[in-house]
Amino acid sequence: MGRYVVRRLLQMIPVFIGATLLIFLMVNVMGDPIAGLCGDRECDPATAAQLRHEFGLDQPVWQQYATYMGNLFTGDFGTAFNGQPVTELMGTAFPVTIRLTVVAILFEIVVGIVLGVVTGLRRGRPVDTGVLLLTLVVISVPTFVTGLLLQLLLGVKWGWIDPAVSTEAPFRELIVPGLVLASVSLAYVTRLTRTSIAENRRSDYVRTAVAKGLPRHRVITRHLLRNSLIPVVTFIGTDIGALMGGAIVTERIFNIHGVGYQLYQGILRQNTQTVVGFVTVLVLVFLVANLLVDLLYAVLDPRIRYA
Amino acid sequence: MRGVGHARWAVCAAAAVLATAGCGGGGGSGGGDAGAVLSSSWGDPQNPLEPANTNEVQGGKVLDMIFRGLKKYDPETGEAQNMLAEKIETSDSQNFTVTVKDGWTFSNGEKVTAQSFVDAWNYGASLKNNQRNAYFFAYIDGYDKVHPESGEQSADTLSGLKVTGPLTFTVKLSQKFSTFPDTLGYPAFAPLPRAFFDDHDAWLKKPVGNGPYMVDNYTRGSQMSLRKWEEYPGPDKAQNGGVDLKVYTDNNTAYTDLMAGNLDLVDDIPAAQLKNVKSDLGDRYINTPAGIIQTIAFPFYDNDWSKPGSEKVRKGLSMAIDRKQITDTIFQQTRTPATDWTSPVLGEDGGYKAGLCGKWCEFNPDEAKKLIEEGGGLPGGQVKITYNADTGSHKQWVDAVCNSINNALDNDRACVGNPVGTFADFRNQITDQKMSGPFRAGWQMDYPLIQNFLQPLYYTGASSNDGKWSNEKFDDLVDRANAETDTAKAIDLFQQAEEVLRDEMGAIPLWYQNGSAGYSQRLSDVELNPFSVPVYNEIKVG
Repeated sequence: MGRYVVRRLLQMIPVFIGATLLIFLMVNVMGDPIAGLCGDRECDPATAAQLRHEFGLDQPVWQQYATYMGNLFTGDFGTAFNGQPVTELMGTAFPVTIRLTVVAILFEIVVGIVLGVVTGLRRGRPVDTGVLLLTLVVISVPTFVTGLLLQLLLGVKWGWIDPAVSTEAPFRELIVPGLVLASVSLAYVTRLTRTSIAENRRSDYVRTAVAKGLPRHRVITRHLLRNSLIPVVTFIGTDIGALMGGAIVTERIFNIHGVGYQLYQGILRQNTQTVVGFVTVLVLVFLVANLLVDLLYAVLDPRIRYA
Repeated sequence: MRGVGHARWAVCAAAAVLATAGCGGGGGSGGGDAGAVLSSSWGDPQNPLEPANTNEVQGGKVLDMIFRGLKKYDPETGEAQNMLAEKIETSDSQNFTVTVKDGWTFSNGEKVTAQSFVDAWNYGASLKNNQRNAYFFAYIDGYDKVHPESGEQSADTLSGLKVTGPLTFTVKLSQKFSTFPDTLGYPAFAPLPRAFFDDHDAWLKKPVGNGPYMVDNYTRGSQMSLRKWEEYPGPDKAQNGGVDLKVYTDNNTAYTDLMAGNLDLVDDIPAAQLKNVKSDLGDRYINTPAGIIQTIAFPFYDNDWSKPGSEKVRKGLSMAIDRKQITDTIFQQTRTPATDWTSPVLGEDGGYKAGLCGKWCEFNPDEAKKLIEEGGGLPGGQVKITYNADTGSHKQWVDAVCNSINNALDNDRACVGNPVGTFADFRNQITDQKMSGPFRAGWQMDYPLIQNFLQPLYYTGASSNDGKWSNEKFDDLVDRANAETDTAKAIDLFQQAEEVLRDEMGAIPLWYQNGSAGYSQRLSDVELNPFSVPVYNEIKVG
């Protein structure tokens, strides 16, 4: 187990370097960001040159990358164009997005798995058909439609929530945005759980457990659910990263100043430091979440062992 | 200010206990409450907030609230009026003597002196401070030493600035510029307190100025709370208790928040909402002219567009555009078809001349077709209008303009839009002179002067002459206008220059842009100034 973890951590290094290099090159291909800094008017050449020098843009790309990576190990993510250190931007953006992701994941786990278990156990019944239809609708309607609709109905028409999330973004304001963010994944989790449960319901170990006379809830939670969760955990694990990086639409609709917003601004202003910094952290989140998922397998199914 | 705040709190608490009356927004209750705070939508400033470093509306909005300069532009007429300036005198349009009014201070108690201005201007001009607006000081003598085009700067201060007394200083310009005093209302010319130089980082975190508001709290990227400065010595005191500027990720969300009653003022109505805004807000929707004009520029560095006869093609294109229809349907009348190259906010006296463009700006498909043929046809048989697709819904109108041109010329392929992904990339292609056809251009005035609509855009080698248009006669008329001390004569010369621009069709004027805003029932006396920024200090709450 210990060796497995170490090996996995070592594997992360090339992935990390490759991913950051790719992002770095992609942002740089877009051209000189200084051109957009002065608005509809050309920056005067001297100031532009000075700014280029300050942000290190006058060096060849490989050298910029080397400097960037060097600084990264000392915890220096560079400076955004508005003079703010990128770490400061991260310090304000990540907590908000993490809260939003937690809300979304909780929805996925609680609502998704419960619905999945209920429908999986009642296959073909009206409940099952109803939930299947509902998930189909949720999957096929784009997030921004759901988001704008909920915002309009709950926020403006009925006044149950504030349409825009405040700067502090406390948990209670993130419930609706979290639900919107989770909606599509939630539908997938429901369907995955349902299929998995329905499949395993007929397996030998469940029949044995029932034959032993175990109470129904124990059969379901300890035997049926535990074995059915492996594909679901895989999905939710990879979804953590996807939710954090993909919150851009939800964050825009509900005025959440999180990672998605900062990335969007960074790309619009072609701010290499912001974009590369945030993507780097997101890559790390992806890698760690994947590792955790792999480790969870062993907990769920002791037959899975790591060498 | 603090004391008042506390007292009001106590009163509110007492009132709440006695009558469970709410005291929202940190103010009291009752009509036109001078202590009540309003909230307004905001965008994250692109650059650090310093007077000489702010070149977009969002940062400018704040500077307008916390700074007062030598001059101030009248929110209604746009006329430059003395603010901190007691008088600005000149006999030759080149040497100016400025006297600063006595009794002004910064909100931290420091006195505003002649030195405050000179230090600020020297800071703004100096190359090592990276100020995006440094070129505003380019007219002042010695600028080339402080801010050389390449290499190290050889001086730290502008030789053209001299402090001659506690409240007087002289400015020597490198050329004659009669309307120079009128440019001094631009925020880049604001005075700066010593605190700015002593602890720059702390100042950036919480800017200190001399305007009717002071910064109470600033969380970068999300909110700035401005509060009324009670001891403000100027005549334009704040009529409300303060303004909370809230950063919105999307102007649609801001509009929704206004609808839901959580926001008081939105100064940028999203294009998608223009259809509903009148029924949603009624009288609380403002749509007033602003000093912004949109044009189509041409790459004159490309032989196709600079050869003899090509002015006929450009004029033909101009006549093929149905401006009225586009402004009515796409912009819901938040744009006005342009008939000259300036803006109606200048007024007749300021140089705006309706109809100066004449028949060249009127929709006339038949003549358009004829002219383009006379001029040798479209270069390569097709024009591509380049624009940036990331902001400002440019796609819609470029497509509409092309559609109009195609219909006029009976040719489906005469004009196509050519989108560029980001604004930065768009600017790159312009700077690198890579434009192969016409491209969108826009100009938001820095100060309400006809000079500002012509010289930076069309003078040979000027900072925003993106199309590299060059015409000796035009340059000569502009030079003469700048040297002219009589304003009326100067404006006449500028208009003659504009006629040269028209005859060559150096750029196609499309439309003048309006500022649009909407506000909640709590507010009254809301207006937009010619820069399309709300006049915050006039707004009454309650």
